Amino acid sequence: MSAGVGVAPAAAVDAGGAKRAPLAGPQARAGLALALPSVALILVFFFGPVLYGAWLSLTDFDIYALADPSSVRFIGLGNYAHAFAETDFWNALRITLVYAFVGAPISVAVSLAAALLVDAKTTRWKPFFRAVYFAPVVTTLVAVAIVWRYLYQPQYGLVNAFLAKFGIPRVDWLGDPHWALPAILVLAVWKNFGYNLLIFVAGLQNVPRELHEAAELDGARAWQKFWNVTLPELAPVFLFVSVTTVINYFQLFAEPYVMTQGGPLKSTNSLVLLMYEQGFRWWRLGYAAALAFILFAVILVATAAQMWLQQRRERAA
Amino acid sequence: MKLRPGALILNAVLIGGAFLTVAPLLWMLSASLMPTGQANTSPPPLLPSRVTFEHYVELFTHLNLAQSFANSLLVSVVGTLATLVTSSMAGYAFAKLRFPGREALFRLLLTAMLVPAQVGMLPLFLMLKKLGLVNTYGGVLIPWLASVFGIFLVRQVAQAIPEDLLNSARLDGAGEWRIYRSIVLPNLGPVLATLAVFVFMSSWNDFLWPLVILSDDRRYTLPVALASLVGEHVQDTELMMAGAVVTVLPVLALFVVLQRWYIRGVMAGSVKG
Repeated sequence: MSAGVGVAPAAAVDAGGAKRAPLAGPQARAGLALALPSVALILVFFFGPVLYGAWLSLTDFDIYALADPSSVRFIGLGNYAHAFAETDFWNALRITLVYAFVGAPISVAVSLAAALLVDAKTTRWKPFFRAVYFAPVVTTLVAVAIVWRYLYQPQYGLVNAFLAKFGIPRVDWLGDPHWALPAILVLAVWKNFGYNLLIFVAGLQNVPRELHEAAELDGARAWQKFWNVTLPELAPVFLFVSVTTVINYFQLFAEPYVMTQGGPLKSTNSLVLLMYEQGFRWWRLGYAAALAFILFAVILVATAAQMWLQQRRERAA
Repeated sequence: MKLRPGALILNAVLIGGAFLTVAPLLWMLSASLMPTGQANTSPPPLLPSRVTFEHYVELFTHLNLAQSFANSLLVSVVGTLATLVTSSMAGYAFAKLRFPGREALFRLLLTAMLVPAQVGMLPLFLMLKKLGLVNTYGGVLIPWLASVFGIFLVRQVAQAIPEDLLNSARLDGAGEWRIYRSIVLPNLGPVLATLAVFVFMSSWNDFLWPLVILSDDRRYTLPVALASLVGEHVQDTELMMAGAVVTVLPVLALFVVLQRWYIRGVMAGSVKG
């Protein structure tokens, strides 16, 4: 709709057809006043620190600077160069990429499979299952990570006791460098899959029924319907879920912090955990700030890549 | 209502999945009621040989978990109220009131959602150190005072408030503040309920920030207290499980009661992309 003709010069007509208030006067003042608290808080306590962090990452801010801020020196990209020369950094980056690109896809797959089951026509007590599967999502991560630490205990833990029923020998889940990371991923998937499940169920309910009926008339089998009807219809939901889930797995922290402290042999050490240790245990705040920005860059690249892949797929379809 | 074999298998799988999902939580509850040492026997027992509340008593007497519980409650309640106030005001302003710089500011706020929270964390710590807010309730609360997600959520709902409703109030001589309080706020009831549940649970469960900003165990929130407790009491399985129950139970109960609002928030979050 175009701007109104014959309307008083100070006012324009917007899409709703209502008179627009001028950019000054009581409404504008009220708008500014109402937006101000949020905007000010977010600028000062979020954007401010982010910019400050960008500068910090270019300095040698360390434990001495904490006592005497004047000793801080500008060292350009020194912290970044330092990170790229450290095996600990590459190790944490590699593990973080495993969390993000092995853990997140497994998590999304579990959510989708569970959503398909919960949403199936013959499923009874749907709200009950939805609520039960969602319950771990609302629990406190630190608390359930501690619970799982005991579940994984090699001698008295329920996981080994359960697996022993199937003749699987005892594993020291959190003490063995080969098993600690998969064990943490199982906890993470258990904790989070209910969230995406809800989103998938909502997406499934938006798939037009006629599409399924048409496919059935064409004699499509269940998996063909899933592949040719359900999955393409879910594409936008799928993109949203995978982008947000990958971002979350990039930021994994409390799980290794509580369960393994990044060990054994640093086999579960994530970038955020490395950042926390460097920043708040060793007080290398400049270096830790650089690690945070590297994580930010990696997340941006991964997110852009997923969106680009999705667009290409859409164009191909 | 007979189930066919396919449907039977489907429902059986779902029940099995549901059991596996709640099993860790049920075991947590069960182990918290076991006498000291029972959880560390082989094969691991599923139920207490004798139900005891001694671990809960110890947590709340010797180990001062009541203080952490109160800290968590304080931070979550105040943070939730603050977010409700700031987000309802800003969400309405961004939806309905024209002011200079509105679109640019809103776009700027949205970019905040792209930046991982950890990026601002270390420098925020240094800033709060200068302000003397390290190891204070105020320091823990800072990230919970305003919310981009909250503004976004409220804005979406506020956009649906009819312009005529606001304009007729203006013609009747109502001031902008009065309009916000007596017309806008009542219309935002449901979305604010959703936001409240969301913020309360996130702040209750938050770990990294309180871990960074708090150093005195009398100010610890429950997750931080729990993580520090497990360092000293790693052998005391039953005690630790009681601590986990105390931490998890309030949010689980809240979820069961307010499911509807929480699930709405999840759905609203899913369209923010």
